[in-house]
Amino acid sequence: MPLDVQEGSVEAGLDALDTPVNITEGSRVRRIAARVLPPIGAIVVLVAIWQALWAAAFWPEFKLPAPAAVWSQIWQLVTSGDIAELFWVSVHRAVIGFAISLVIAVPLGLAIANITVVRRGIGPLVSGLQSLPSVAWVPAAILWFGLNDRAIYWVVLLGAVPSIANGLVSGLDQVPPILPRVGKALGAGRFGGIRYILLPAALPGFLGGLKQGWAFSWRSLMAAELIATSPELGEGLGQYLHNGMSLSDISMVFAGIVLIFVVGVGIELLVFRPLENTVLRARGLTASAR
Amino acid sequence: MTATIETLPDVLSPVRFHQVGKTFGTGRKSVVALDGVDLEVEPGEFVCLLGASGCGKTTLLNLVAGLDQPTAGRIELNSSRPAVVFQEPALMPWLTAAGNVELPLRMAGVPKSQRRAKAAELLELVRLAGLGDKRPHELSGGMRQRVALARALASTADSTDGKPALLLMDEPFSALDAITRDVLQGELLRIWRATGTAILFVTHDVREAVRLGQRVVLLSSRPGRVVQEWDVEDAPGAVDEINTALRKVISSHAA
Repeated sequence: MPLDVQEGSVEAGLDALDTPVNITEGSRVRRIAARVLPPIGAIVVLVAIWQALWAAAFWPEFKLPAPAAVWSQIWQLVTSGDIAELFWVSVHRAVIGFAISLVIAVPLGLAIANITVVRRGIGPLVSGLQSLPSVAWVPAAILWFGLNDRAIYWVVLLGAVPSIANGLVSGLDQVPPILPRVGKALGAGRFGGIRYILLPAALPGFLGGLKQGWAFSWRSLMAAELIATSPELGEGLGQYLHNGMSLSDISMVFAGIVLIFVVGVGIELLVFRPLENTVLRARGLTASAR
Repeated sequence: MTATIETLPDVLSPVRFHQVGKTFGTGRKSVVALDGVDLEVEPGEFVCLLGASGCGKTTLLNLVAGLDQPTAGRIELNSSRPAVVFQEPALMPWLTAAGNVELPLRMAGVPKSQRRAKAAELLELVRLAGLGDKRPHELSGGMRQRVALARALASTADSTDGKPALLLMDEPFSALDAITRDVLQGELLRIWRATGTAILFVTHDVREAVRLGQRVVLLSSRPGRVVQEWDVEDAPGAVDEINTALRKVISSHAA
């Protein structure tokens, strides 16, 4: 090594030159605007088309309501406070159903991913269940449990469990094999390997499964509420939609659809998207973070 | 330093191979990766295992690391758990640099404050002090490999019970560019002198083996057997001689 170069300075220079540079573009306001404006624009365009179609009167009023009529339905729910009950009944069911699904799906996914016999035996079954619309379980659930919450939870579980379990399995399958090997070399036992290496490594895939699981549980819940209506069940969004149909009130039906959509998308945007972005960004997978 | 240790009669070698063999598969399709390997690494010694592709270098390291079991002979391991550095850094992407170094300590149940201190000390050793909060993707290839080295050293540090330490390295610099490799080779020698650990270093690069090792062991390919050994400390001329021997081994497979 030349005498005029201090020990370690070559390395420090290399480190400085090699270190990837992170550039954050624009101000905070600008980045948020760039993210929020496109979907708002899309909604504005959609509503404008709807308004134009309504104004052109292609369809009779009882088939296509005016955007303003739907808005006034929603606004009436807001001012009367009924919207809180609608949201509460449906969302708390979906959240409880999702939580129970999680408790069942995680051990199930772990077993499928780690035990060959279980994978061969139950794996295809779970994948198959994922493609079976869970609404198909509604008649059976009503006959088994009657018109009550248990029937509804049964349908939600059959919708969400397969998605979450499959997400966990594919997350575990995509863990690079070098990581468990390194874990073993660092002294991980069977349990330590799962706890400290496999589960964190599978997290991105698992989050994808969770997101899909939420979508399935919300969807199944709405189907169940729409079909299984009874005074004992309280009035959720699905029942509201059903009532709209019974009353032949198209603006009420549209309002129901809009509210179901808002809740489904809202929870994804407020809960799952930020969670996923945090995880991906921490791992340097920012290109896919949105 | 090494010389004084070697004269002590009661010091155990970190690892000793007794006629070790490893065969993959059974019957006609079986492949003999290693055959009758006798090898001993002295405490604090730097041994380079040299061989062409398919000589079972990596298999041999896996056997020492306990990632695989020999099918013949036995391996006498007198060290604490060997530290292993792989060709890829294979850092856990969800952990910071310091978190990666702490991982083996965490799995061994070392309390948090002790883990922190040990990780900071090891990061300082590989000249990454102050970069413990960086994520693997924010580091260059050379820096990642140094974190991997610090992590490997942490995995032996958790069980220091007076037994000689052993560091296994499987072509750790072969995926790096030439300048970085050169710098890291110098760093490894410095760390080796600072820690006094024995190192078993696998490589297919004769120059690297001669520059780093005190002893170079040439393995033949399929099956892997020890062909010849050279003491290369202060003998840079050995490069040509070893090169010739390596070529002879490789060309014997041409027929």
